[in-house]
Amino acid sequence: MFVINCPHCQEAREEEEFHYEGEAFIARPANPEAETDDAWGDYLFMKKNPKGWHWEMWNHATGCRKILVAKRNTANHAIAGSWTLSEARKVYDKEQYDAEQATK
Amino acid sequence: MKKDYSIWTLLSQGLKNHVGWQPTWRSPELKSSYDVVIIGAGGHGLATAYYLAKEHGVKNIAVLEKGFLGGGNTARNTTIVRSNYLWDESAMLYEHSLKLWEGLSEDINYNVMFSQRGVFNLGHTLQDMRDIERRVNANNLNGIDALALNAKEVKDRIPMINISKNTRFPIMGASYQPRAGVARHDAVAWGFARAASNYGVDIIENCEVTGMDIENSTMRGLQTNKGFIKTSRVGCVTAGHSSVIAKMAGIKMPIESHPLQAFVSESLKPILDTVVMSNAVHGYVSQSDKGELVIGAGIDHYTSYTQRGSPHIIEHTAAAIIELFPMFSRVRMNRQWGGIVDTTPDACPIISKTKVAGLYFNCGWGTGGFKATPGSGNVFAHTIAHDAPHPLNAAFSLDRFHTGHLIDEHGAAGVAH
Repeated sequence: MFVINCPHCQEAREEEEFHYEGEAFIARPANPEAETDDAWGDYLFMKKNPKGWHWEMWNHATGCRKILVAKRNTANHAIAGSWTLSEARKVYDKEQYDAEQATK
Repeated sequence: MKKDYSIWTLLSQGLKNHVGWQPTWRSPELKSSYDVVIIGAGGHGLATAYYLAKEHGVKNIAVLEKGFLGGGNTARNTTIVRSNYLWDESAMLYEHSLKLWEGLSEDINYNVMFSQRGVFNLGHTLQDMRDIERRVNANNLNGIDALALNAKEVKDRIPMINISKNTRFPIMGASYQPRAGVARHDAVAWGFARAASNYGVDIIENCEVTGMDIENSTMRGLQTNKGFIKTSRVGCVTAGHSSVIAKMAGIKMPIESHPLQAFVSESLKPILDTVVMSNAVHGYVSQSDKGELVIGAGIDHYTSYTQRGSPHIIEHTAAAIIELFPMFSRVRMNRQWGGIVDTTPDACPIISKTKVAGLYFNCGWGTGGFKATPGSGNVFAHTIAHDAPHPLNAAFSLDRFHTGHLIDEHGAAGVAH
């Protein structure tokens, strides 16, 4: 059991109020007609499923019914933060960019 | 080769105060190279090693286990064995396994306590009953024993079940597979370990794979916490951690790891001599030989590697079991635990070659891998030995998620294990 902060309601609520909606930021192919079967299969089915920090969507099902994004650690259920979709995208993109810079 | 277990060895040890028993399997030192390395010493991994040695004559095999033998999902499941799956591909695979179960204790000379006490899959709505009719007919066409029963027939067989109309989800009937049943989960792991060890398989516990050496998409060896192992063929049978291992090889997997919880009651006198499961209300129950009621839940919806889930899932399942069996309402629960199951989009396993030559995956068994243990090991051993799938697992390739040939078993798998 964990507690998720709903960025829409601005309230920390129990996990039971939320419905898990899976991995966040899976991008639909930009040019569907041109994509290969491999790209479509990857888009539809392949999952990161990391042991560690995971960006994921939750629906505040018995509250405001809005979608939010949380960064949760799948190894210990710690939650680093939760945001609206657009705010989360900014944080996520910055994290990806920083990780890229660090490996260069 | 150790002596076989038999009534005579038991008698002679009995006369000697049981001081002469040997360890069940050898604990050898890790060698620097192997012909085949299996990652994961659970039931499936050990069965794979056993059949590789026995049926395919592979000599130099290691099974690596990051924890202790049979300590993952093999020790955490609810031990139900059945084969009444809807689609031809999965029905054939699970039936192959069920047939191996029927001769397993003799084959590996270890009593796996396989008890064919039958399994009931309950239906609670008209649509459930239509699905049950369809599945039973499909099973019969595939030569698998299955019966569709109405509520009264279920009640005749299980007198304490509540078939009252005055419940939230009244029982309308069930599918019944008489040859299905349960087995002793630990004995399966120990028995396969002993049988494989007798064929010379090295079982290495506390040995965690930390990386893979892959050159030109070809397997060269494994890095482990006990040093480098040179090998050209690796079989991964790591259940919930399959995505973690696949990432080392740069392979994408359609797997999500979820906690699946189960719990057992205090020991009771014999009360339930069969297995009852219900997809609609999310619960299943059987009674172990020790007398505990073994109860399983549905998966927790979020992904996790923690081997624990959320309490509301247990509450939900307990409520379902009490509705089916009101007399269990005062039974006290003893232990509760979670395992990490590797679910796929079509509720079917992946037993497959990969784009890396010499790297094979056997995963995605999700919530119902235990029943497949011998069959899974048998066909996976064939896949590794011949570098080509056995006819029974050809349909369960990783490619199916790109070709679109999914095998939708959510009806027969789902919650029911």
